[in-house]
Amino acid sequence: MPIALYRIDDRLIHGQVVVGWGQPLELGFIVLVDDEVASSEWEQELYRMGVPPEMAVYFHTVGDAANQLAEFERNPKPGIVLVGDIGTMQRLVTASAGQVRTVNVGGVHHSPGRVGRLRYVFLTPAEEEGLKEMAAHGVDVTAQDVPSARPVPLAELLQSSPGA
Amino acid sequence: MSDGVEQETPVRAIVAGHGTFASGIISAVDQITGRGGQFVAFSNTGLGLDDIQGTLAAALDASHARVIFTDLPAGSCTMAVRRMIRDRPGVLLVTGINLSLLLDFAMQDDADPAHAVQAALDRGRASMVVHGA
Repeated sequence: MPIALYRIDDRLIHGQVVVGWGQPLELGFIVLVDDEVASSEWEQELYRMGVPPEMAVYFHTVGDAANQLAEFERNPKPGIVLVGDIGTMQRLVTASAGQVRTVNVGGVHHSPGRVGRLRYVFLTPAEEEGLKEMAAHGVDVTAQDVPSARPVPLAELLQSSPGA
Repeated sequence: MSDGVEQETPVRAIVAGHGTFASGIISAVDQITGRGGQFVAFSNTGLGLDDIQGTLAAALDASHARVIFTDLPAGSCTMAVRRMIRDRPGVLLVTGINLSLLLDFAMQDDADPAHAVQAALDRGRASMVVHGA
């Protein structure tokens, strides 16, 4: 079963991921890719307690995750690969050498320097370039917060503003 | 006897959750008991984890509340509060709340938040019943 979703979400594991995507996709596992969380037992425990017992959670650095993507793809149940920012996904795309073919921008919230593109996506110029770079490498980048929403193609995302 | 000066209700707890969950459930408590003023509502809509944590910490400091109620055990509010209360001994987090639980808490005058929370938790759990099975 392939990885069902490669998602960028600055809240990492939360209700939208566990319930919103987890139930319709019948997720068996989440791979949380974050160098900082991968080195913190306390952070891992925090996120582990946020998922139901039937769902496994694996914590990896970018390098470790890239090395194990093929193994995750062979898992009989679908899973999500989750990162907290665009830079981390860029590193994963590069390190995995073509294994990441789609990227879901699920939640990049407001912070200084970011421009609003959708209600749940705010981007700096560097982050926009990061998304374009992934697309240039053949990755299909779309924004979509929940399964019932329409996936917004990258070109449209970069032209959008939340009030439009 | 009122002296004509309106007394401000002390805030006892913050309610945090998705969308308008918090304001909605507080509104229901207020409609039933008139005691909605004990709660401050917080929504995670449009906020990242750092903003949620910062705003909730500021609300906790400003209100001196000792209890935070959240909607989902895995919600971003819950995650933010769990991080925040590492350095705040005595602050209690209750997740997965319902209206019965919040009503019970609102109607208690127990000054000890731990006692009040435990009693409310019992009431909230007991309120979930299947009929017709």
